[in-house]
Order: sequence, then structure tokens, then C-alpha cells
Amino acid sequence: MSKIVEVRNLHFSYEDGTAALRGIDFDLDHGARVALFGPNGSGKTTFAHHLNGILRGSGSIAIDGLPVTEKNLPEIRRRVGLVFQESDNQLFMPTVLEDVAFGPLASGLAAAEASEKACAALDRVGLLSKAGHAPWHLSAGEKKRAAIAGILATEPKLLVLDEPTTWLDPPTQRALANLLAGLPQAAILITHDAKFAADVAQHAAFFEEGRIVARGCVQEIAERFGW
Amino acid sequence: MLHRRHAAAKILAALALLISMATLPPAYSFGWPAYAIILVTMAAIARLPALGLLGAAAAVLPFALCFAVMIALAGDPARGVWLIIRAYLSSVTALLLVATTPMPELIAGLEWLRTPRFLAQVMQFLYRYLIVLIAEASATRQAMMLRAGSAPALRFRQAAAAAGSLFARAYARAQAIHRAMVARGFDGHLPTSAKAHFQWADAGLLATAIVLSAGVRILLR
Repeated sequence: MSKIVEVRNLHFSYEDGTAALRGIDFDLDHGARVALFGPNGSGKTTFAHHLNGILRGSGSIAIDGLPVTEKNLPEIRRRVGLVFQESDNQLFMPTVLEDVAFGPLASGLAAAEASEKACAALDRVGLLSKAGHAPWHLSAGEKKRAAIAGILATEPKLLVLDEPTTWLDPPTQRALANLLAGLPQAAILITHDAKFAADVAQHAAFFEEGRIVARGCVQEIAERFGW
Repeated sequence: MLHRRHAAAKILAALALLISMATLPPAYSFGWPAYAIILVTMAAIARLPALGLLGAAAAVLPFALCFAVMIALAGDPARGVWLIIRAYLSSVTALLLVATTPMPELIAGLEWLRTPRFLAQVMQFLYRYLIVLIAEASATRQAMMLRAGSAPALRFRQAAAAAGSLFARAYARAQAIHRAMVARGFDGHLPTSAKAHFQWADAGLLATAIVLSAGVRILLR
């Protein structure tokens, strides 16, 4: 059985010549959850953006056996749900409900079914009462939860969360950790929060200057690098 | 009551009033109180604070005044005065529409009226991210105040640098937003969910607005 993520020798440089990824090899099993640690600018977010093809480097990436190629991008984006660091960038529809329903509607579901899935996702993150609100009227923590609901509504096979605990208060962080730990999907968490990572993920990888320099269990990696 | 009406009915009603005002010759500008009465009545029905509405509408006056002065200097002061009155009443009409219709409904109303989807989307994004842009500008200003002790009077070079920095940040933000949209399956069009139905009460509002607008215009022929 293929793995949910298989990355081989991934290299990427930005237009200004900055080499952001320098030969990444990475595998993830179905249902497994891994935390990515590393200093700012070490390539974690750039790596995440390759997983659903919004950045394209050299090397090979396959999601559940399907290579990330131009032709496969619509299906790849259905399989990989990416929660961005800045929720304001992710919420672009007029109301929270419409925003969360965007993914299901874009994948071809009827309006009623999409709305049902959106409501269920909002309920999971405790934001159903804000369904009719405009996203820009939410607090920063609520925006983050709405962004996560938008991804959960599409039921992807892989969740990629970039700094999911930013702006969340401790009780909401714990609720999110419980939610993620209970989901069947594989997940990649980019985070600086070692405790949150330990609550959700089994393994961790440490990024440094565009390379993965260590892998292991979360606590071992966190202790080794003083994270 | 006005708040509950279909956005398309309100857009068309506002359009009828605007056309009626725009086509009234300056010689009949003495009829402006008729439009004012219609607008004030609408504001009262919508339970909007009349003074606040009339005050906000005055934002258009400096621009109208510039053109009115030019027209007056060209030898047609009556037309200049009518331009100011008309600009002000048009501003009240537009504010009345916006104050009684949330932006998502307004855009849905434009789509219902078969406005090109692209235009409606541009308006939607413009509105959405204008708020983000204002927040960026406000953060920049706050940062300057924190370091300067008060809102500094910017010199030209500083203002130009701040504007350039804001543009660069806005451009970077636009790229990030586009990435996020693409990542979520955006393929050039926004799917829409079910919208409100056009009811008899909406038709009634529209008919009233057309009759009043046309009536004033015909009486002042």
C-alpha cells in the first residue's frame, strides 16, 4: 500500500535566488501525524506549499500514490487540505458559512449538501453560532477556527496545518489538539509549540536551512534542539 | 422594512431615482425637495438615523463643489448649483442603498441582475480586502505613532516611502490570498449558494420607486 506522502529529493529556490529546499526526502503513512519543527525561514512552509502544488520545485512528490503534476492538481487539492498561517488570507467569502462551504461547492457538491458539511465542520470547531457572520468581524482565534473548518468540510486525506495554534487561547488550543487527535486523516503540523505537537503528533522532523536534519519522536526532537 | 427587501429591488429602485435626478434639466432644479422628501421618507421607513445619513452624504460635497465652481466660472451658475444638489441627493441615495443592504446581499443582487460575474467578484474581493488593507495601513500608522510619540506630519519622502511599503505589503498579501484560494480549489469562479427569492413586496417597492421617480420627472418636464 502506498504512503499518503512520498517526497524524493525536493529542491526549490525562490525567484530572488534564495534556496529554500535543498533535497528533502519525506514519507508519511496513512493516518500518521508528524510535527515539523525548525527555525523561521528553514523551509517548513515552503515544503508544505509543495504538497498541494501551489509551489513547484524539482524532485518528486506523490500524495496517496498520485504524483503532483499539473494534470493531477485538482485531485491533489481535494486530497490535501492546507490551513495557512494567516487566516485572513484564507477566508475570502462574504460569510463564514459560505467560506466553509466553498471547498465542498468547488468540488461539485450541491448547495444543500455543501451547506450541511459546512455546518458540521463549524460545529466541530465550535463556531456554528458565527455561521452567518462576515469573516472580517471574527476575532483572530475565531478566524483560525473558521479556516480549519473550511478544510475539514472538504474531508481531505491529508491535513497540513501551518502554525495552527497562532492566536488561539490555551483552552481553544486544547480543544483543537483533541479535535486533531480524534481525526482519522494523516496530518502534518508546522508548529513552534512542542506541547501541542506532543499532544497531537507521534513523530517530528527538524528543518534547518532547507533540509531535514533529524527525525524521531516529538519529545526526543524537542529536547535535542531545545524546542 | 427596507432591510428585508431583495437587494435587486433596492438596486433598481435606487437606479430609477438616480436616472430621474440625472435627467432633470437645471431649469427645473427647484423640484429637488420632491427627491429629498422621497429619500427622507425611505430613511424613516428604514429607521436609519437621518442626521447621520445626511452628514455622511456630505462627503461628496468638496468634489462636487470643485466642478460647480468651474461651471459657475464658465458662466452657468444655475447648472453649478444644481450639480451640487444633485451630487448630494445621489450620495444620500447610494448611502440609503448601502445602509439597508449588507455587502454580500448587494453583490448577490448584482449577480441576480446578471451583472457580469467577473465584475461582481472584483467588487466582492475589493470590499473584503479593503478591510485587510486598511488594517495594514492602520498598523503602519500605529507603529509610526509608537515611535514618534504622536501622529507625525509626514514629509513627502516619508509619505512616499510609507505608500511604497504599503503597496509592497498589499502585493505580497494579494499573492498569498491567491495561493490560499488556489489551494482550496478556486478555478476562476466562485460557487454560490442558494439566494433569496424575489417576492411581491420587492416588486411593490420597485414599482413605487419607479412611479415616484418617473412621476417627479414627468411633472417637472
